[in-house]
Amino acid sequence: MITATDLSTFLTRRRGRTLHWTDVVAYLYLAVGLAVVVLPVVWMLVSSVKSQRALVENDPRLLPWEQVTVPGPDERTLSVFRVTRDDGTSVDVAFLAPRGRNALVVPVAEVADASRAFEVPRTRLVRKERVDPQVENYTQPLFGSGDTDRFPFLRFFWNSTFVTTMATLLTLLVNSMAAFALSKYRFRGRDAIVVIIVSTLLIPPTVILVPLFITVQGLGLFNKLWGVIIPAIASPTGVFLLRQYMLTIPDELIEAARMDAASEWKIYWRIVLPLAAPALAVLAILSVIWRWNDFMWPLIVLTKSEVYTLQLGLSTFKGEIADNLNHLLAMTVLTLLPVTLVFVFLQKHITAGIASTGLK
Amino acid sequence: MSDREPSASSVAGERPLDRIAAVWRRIDPVDFFFRTLQGRIGAKRMAWVFLVPNLVIFATFAFWPMILNFWMAFTGGTSAILAERPFVGLENFREILDCPSWVDPRGCPVVGYSFWTGLWNTLFFAAVQVPVMIFVATATALVLDREMKGRGFWRAVYFYPVMLSPVVVAVIWDWILKRRGILNALLGDLVDGWNAVASLPAAAGAIVFAATFLVVVLVGRPVAARLGTAPAVARRFALVVGLVVAAVATFAGRPWGFLVVDDFRPVNWLVDQRSGWPMFWAIFVYSWAHLGFYMLILLAGLQAIPRDLYEAAEMDGTSKTRQLFRITLPLLMPTMLVVVVLSLIRAFQVFDEIWVLTGGGPGQATKMIVQHIYETAFTGDAKRYGVAAASSVLVAGVLLVLTLAQLFVTRRRARG
Repeated sequence: MITATDLSTFLTRRRGRTLHWTDVVAYLYLAVGLAVVVLPVVWMLVSSVKSQRALVENDPRLLPWEQVTVPGPDERTLSVFRVTRDDGTSVDVAFLAPRGRNALVVPVAEVADASRAFEVPRTRLVRKERVDPQVENYTQPLFGSGDTDRFPFLRFFWNSTFVTTMATLLTLLVNSMAAFALSKYRFRGRDAIVVIIVSTLLIPPTVILVPLFITVQGLGLFNKLWGVIIPAIASPTGVFLLRQYMLTIPDELIEAARMDAASEWKIYWRIVLPLAAPALAVLAILSVIWRWNDFMWPLIVLTKSEVYTLQLGLSTFKGEIADNLNHLLAMTVLTLLPVTLVFVFLQKHITAGIASTGLK
Repeated sequence: MSDREPSASSVAGERPLDRIAAVWRRIDPVDFFFRTLQGRIGAKRMAWVFLVPNLVIFATFAFWPMILNFWMAFTGGTSAILAERPFVGLENFREILDCPSWVDPRGCPVVGYSFWTGLWNTLFFAAVQVPVMIFVATATALVLDREMKGRGFWRAVYFYPVMLSPVVVAVIWDWILKRRGILNALLGDLVDGWNAVASLPAAAGAIVFAATFLVVVLVGRPVAARLGTAPAVARRFALVVGLVVAAVATFAGRPWGFLVVDDFRPVNWLVDQRSGWPMFWAIFVYSWAHLGFYMLILLAGLQAIPRDLYEAAEMDGTSKTRQLFRITLPLLMPTMLVVVVLSLIRAFQVFDEIWVLTGGGPGQATKMIVQHIYETAFTGDAKRYGVAAASSVLVAGVLLVLTLAQLFVTRRRARG
């Protein structure tokens, strides 16, 4: 039984030079958490280079062990086994055919010579395996052959990239313009507009699905990538984030530029935007992640497979088939790769941005 | 567009592209357009020009749909063209609410069945998922708030799943939870290993001994402390009692039979209808994917607590328990409230992960309210936009209450 004192020591200890037992428990807790968080992703990564056979058999080993094979005489691919003879020596053999409880095998060295074939009890055979990552899992869906018609990965990848890039660029432009107007101008109704824009955060996206769909369809954007991009451009989070940052830019800079007869657009484009770069960077990162991972709205607007984004393609592919598991897992890895890279390199900005705004 | 003035060399540059770029920079058509506009309407009104794109998009894709939703809730038919939708009054609501028992929707007509099943599932999901996730997130944040080695690393690790898309999360866990997947394999190995150890008489005896010893020591120590015995004496006493009890239990009772458990039979985690596992995994996977976000906010809340409070408490000899319950948790409470309401709002709208993971199944076991809206409006042959919109209105009512609670909480937090 752990007493309340122990528990609270464990939870509140802050400074300790020596390793108290609560530290050990804390590290253990973190290690368990690490396993729960990371192992599923790692298991996905290592599974993605296994062959379809290993996946269907649910080979629980971590590394992609594959059956060693040799080309047979009649262009068959023969599996290689190891046989231990009665005298203790062993030899690698290729499996030719079953013979009841026995197996007809031929030594690998003389695989072409049918006269060297002999029978051994199947129980004597030990499967020969080696670690062999299946790069084809990635290359096949990417560069043709077979089911690219059913799973045109490059098409989906391009669609996702297009949506993400366009939506992010436009998000930055449109929201920074609004933030500029709302931070550097004084006019009647300004505060009301700020409140209105921020209040759109309170409109739950899942609740306006139907009318949003009707609107998008009415605008002729159904089954168009722009139907996913345009509704996502205006972001209350973006306006809020950028406005808070722009408020810290001194007005003297802008007044000085006006003295020099700079147009309002030039002030925005040449002075305010460059100075707001840190906030723009945070918004850009968030927008890339939002748009790349978007699922529900694309699911509603995009119903033809030519316009599917990666997420839609993956979910359809997952539902449809079990016989291309290797491709599904490999493509899942490729889908999580971009956000993972973004996260690895920009982790500080992301966590700082989210912790400061409290928005996802 | 850089703000450098074109230098003489680039104007007279050899390559035509450079010349075009230089001319472009000098004229700057975008600026020309806005400068002309500014000349006509004046600098003051330019603020509205900057605002218009944003406001137009908000109006079209946020405010207008919100109004339209109410209108659509009162229209029928299956047409997506507004003019072709007949006004039906409260018919859609009647259809949803028309049900002998809302608590047990099995006797309801199709629409009511779908709605109430989704609603109850969602309420159950939120009621379990939110407390569990917040508890784990708080514990993790408290651990990370200590002076840990590699704190940034741990924080990043726990946050990482938040970056993954719902589809990726669902594919990963589906792969793990297959009937012949890695989880069943691991559990099978674990049970086999345990049984192998427990069937050895000596090993089984050692397990019983260790367990008894541990219990006696852990229970004995605080009891001895309460009785006022010296710690060393108490420890020795606990050791002796533990040894005696364990020895008796081990050698007199020979109770290893109960240590051997049945062989593990693989569970069909996401398909087994009566087991309750699909809902369990729906909650687990969703929490797995979102925990890091709330942990991060809670951690920020913890780090905002002034450190000198703890130093003062140390000076006064306040115990760690009191520090936790009197300083840390009360000061964390405002952040906690925000996090609870925020996660409730999110949990109520859960769709993506679970839809890809279980598709709402088996049967209707994990069908959530948003899935009901989605399926009513967008799948199947009869697209019942009116019923979906009416359901949305009802859901919006619940969310509105939660949102108002959040606003109330946030305001109180801002004030004090």
